[in-house]
Amino acid sequence: MSLAYRFAMENDLIRADAIEASEFPELSSSYRVYAVPRTIINKGPYVEGSLPENFFLDAVLKTFAPGEESKA
Amino acid sequence: MGLIGDAEGQEIRARLSEMVHPVRLIHFTQELNLEYGHEAKQLVEELGGLSDKLSTEVYNFLLDKDRVAEYGIDKVPATVIRNGKDYGIRFYGIPAGYEFSTILDTILAVSKNDSGLQPESREKLAAITEPLQLEVFVTPT
Repeated sequence: MSLAYRFAMENDLIRADAIEASEFPELSSSYRVYAVPRTIINKGPYVEGSLPENFFLDAVLKTFAPGEESKA
Repeated sequence: MGLIGDAEGQEIRARLSEMVHPVRLIHFTQELNLEYGHEAKQLVEELGGLSDKLSTEVYNFLLDKDRVAEYGIDKVPATVIRNGKDYGIRFYGIPAGYEFSTILDTILAVSKNDSGLQPESREKLAAITEPLQLEVFVTPT
C-alpha cells in the first residue's frame, strides 16, 4: 500500500486508494478479495501480494498495459 | 480516553519531527450507520495533533458535497493525505495497526515532496499517459 501511494506521487494520472477490507466487505467481495494485500488495477485485473518495488511496479505496468509489457 | 497512548504518541512525534512541509489530513465521515466511524475520526484527529506541521479537517460525507466531489470520495471513513498538492492518496477505513505505520511513512513522504522511489521506477511512472487507479485491499493486522 505504501508503494501505491508513492507511485501516485510520481504522476498526476495515478491515484492510490488503500481500503481496509474488513470495513468494506461488500466491495471486497465484489472484487473477490480473499487474501490481502491485493491491488486492483482500474477496477479490473489485480496484482496479488506484497512485492519489492521493482517487481510490484512491473506487475502493475504489465497488468495496466499488457500490449507493451507482456513481451518483456 | 485517547486511542494513541502517551508512549506511542511520543514515538510518533519523534518520527514526525522529520516533516518538512505542512501536510493536511482531510477526513470524511458520517454520524450514523458507520461502525468504526467514530474511532476512525478520533484516530485521525489525535494523529493530526502530534505535529505542528500536521493539520486535520473533518467533513461530513452526506452534507459537504462539494468537498466529497472535489476529492472523489465514494465511501467512508475516508482520509486524504496531501500537502499543497493532492496526489490522489486516500485511505478508506481505520488506519490502525500495521497500516498506521504506512500512514506515517506516507505523511513523511508527502511532507518531503519525495516518493523515495528508485530513479528507474520514477521514469517508468512518469511515462504513464492514461489514468491509473490502484485500489489496494489491506487488513490492519
